[in-house]
Amino acid sequence: MATVVLPEAAPAERAQWLGFLRRLATRRTALFGLIVVLLVIVTAVAAPLLSPFDPIEQDLGDLRLKPPGFRDAAGHVHPLGTDHLGRDLLARVIHGARPALLVGFAAVAISGLIGMAAGLVSGYVGGRADDVLMRLADIQLAFPFILLAIAVIGVLGPSLTTIIVVIGVSSWVVYARIVRGAVLTLREREFVQAAQALGSGDIRVVIRHILPNALTPWLVVATLDMARVIVIESALSFLGLGVQPPAPTWGGMLADGRVYISTAWWLATFPGLAILVTVLGINLFGDGLRDTLDPRLKV
Amino acid sequence: MSTFLVRRLLQSLIVLFGVSFVVFAILHLTGDPALVLLPPDASIEDVRRFREAMGFNDPFLVQYGRFLNGALHGDFGQSVRHGEPAFGLVVERMPATFELAGAALLLALCLSIPAGIVSAVRRNTPVDYVATVVALFGQSLPTFWLGIMLILLFSVQLQLLPSSGRGTPEHLILPAVTLGLFTTARITRLTRSGMLEVLNQDYIRTARAKGVSDSPVVWKHALKNAAIPIVTIVGIELGTLLGGSVITETIFAWPGVGRLSVQAIANRDYPVVQAAVFLLASTFVLVNLMVDLVYTYLDPRIRLR
Repeated sequence: MATVVLPEAAPAERAQWLGFLRRLATRRTALFGLIVVLLVIVTAVAAPLLSPFDPIEQDLGDLRLKPPGFRDAAGHVHPLGTDHLGRDLLARVIHGARPALLVGFAAVAISGLIGMAAGLVSGYVGGRADDVLMRLADIQLAFPFILLAIAVIGVLGPSLTTIIVVIGVSSWVVYARIVRGAVLTLREREFVQAAQALGSGDIRVVIRHILPNALTPWLVVATLDMARVIVIESALSFLGLGVQPPAPTWGGMLADGRVYISTAWWLATFPGLAILVTVLGINLFGDGLRDTLDPRLKV
Repeated sequence: MSTFLVRRLLQSLIVLFGVSFVVFAILHLTGDPALVLLPPDASIEDVRRFREAMGFNDPFLVQYGRFLNGALHGDFGQSVRHGEPAFGLVVERMPATFELAGAALLLALCLSIPAGIVSAVRRNTPVDYVATVVALFGQSLPTFWLGIMLILLFSVQLQLLPSSGRGTPEHLILPAVTLGLFTTARITRLTRSGMLEVLNQDYIRTARAKGVSDSPVVWKHALKNAAIPIVTIVGIELGTLLGGSVITETIFAWPGVGRLSVQAIANRDYPVVQAAVFLLASTFVLVNLMVDLVYTYLDPRIRLR
């Protein structure tokens, strides 16, 4: 019997990656989105270094509600002005990137893992398991998301962990549906059937052969979902159910700004711009990722 | 058709059943609903008596059975705050929320479907670019920020439109635009990609080859087929709109279910919260059931599945 020598997989894989990166780089909007996202990540990580002032330190004397560009008694300029408690707005906007991204990454990780597991089981096992999981998905989708989240957070009490867990646990459906769809197609492909015919167990087939191929749509969903999660985190903070004051959050700043809307426009404007830029960057990158990896994907 | 109908009805019932369980379970998340409902300064004796009176010592499933039975009769208990039945309070606010969500949906459909079609037909022209960029921004703008900025511009600066309350059509404009923008963006993108896909199909080429002129091809042949995903997303978007109404109603002091729920959560008035979540979720389930039935007329293949 002749021995078939299979070529090493590594170079082909690397070439694939390079090709992918090259294709992604030709999409200018996606590249722009990626740069914006990277800048926001750097801002969040290096917030204490970048921030010109302490984001929490109050000055209830002469520094309250000063407009952008205000120079204080010590000669320091406040580029975005100060808030109703005399805190520097730029410092708070910079520090606000932290809870937003932290909740974004952590919640997406939780829902992504749950959804991936549910999608794999639903698609590969099928039958009764599929029925049950898809009905659970319908139940989950029936709830107005924000309302369910605030009801649960209201009972449990707001904290960073609660927000992450609540958003993470209740956002799995998109992932499950997209992975399930991918698995249903993959299950019928020759390489999967070959692996089964050669005696690979179900778990091995799912993990070695199906999972890697279902990862692409999953990644696209995860990227685009991150934008949604960041908006939800801000919405919860806006309603006072997010990370609690005095810690700076974009949503919390907007809620403060809403009170002073007729006298201090900058309070509500800049945190909102921060959310818009972040979410826009993620959406641009996610769209580019989808168009590069799988243009037919409907997400 | 009738088996499809029966199966679809059954599915909706199962979903509603699940919804009721989750709504019931919210109160039991911490393990002691008495502590959630009572003010923090209640004495140990008060808590014990309250637990006894509300039946919180009964087995979990017995309590759920009682809740479900009540819910089926429109009884979610008394509002702690208002001393009235919670169900009535929520039902009273439903028309305001439907008015807002309906206006937002109507606005979204009127803007997005023509925009999506024009964008697809005139692909890669300035019109397409403008529509695409606007849709992208619409999808990235947080509702609550958009609402505040609209108030800043139209109420504070220009003093053209009221910033809060309900009553005249002017009151509806800002909240409806705020709530509808995200949905407009979503449906625009979906219509565009759906139309692009359909316009490349063989039957469109055939129609064109037969000499059918441009506008009937777009409006009759293509749109009819592109409409199917649009109808589905309208049902799903209704969920987004009902959920989004929580934020929009809070910003514009719109007297609907969303604002009522946010106030109820702040007051720990959980019977009202439960009634609101249950009714909004049920609305969503029923609308999607109707959407699915419309769907079978548009695409008869669905019935056979």
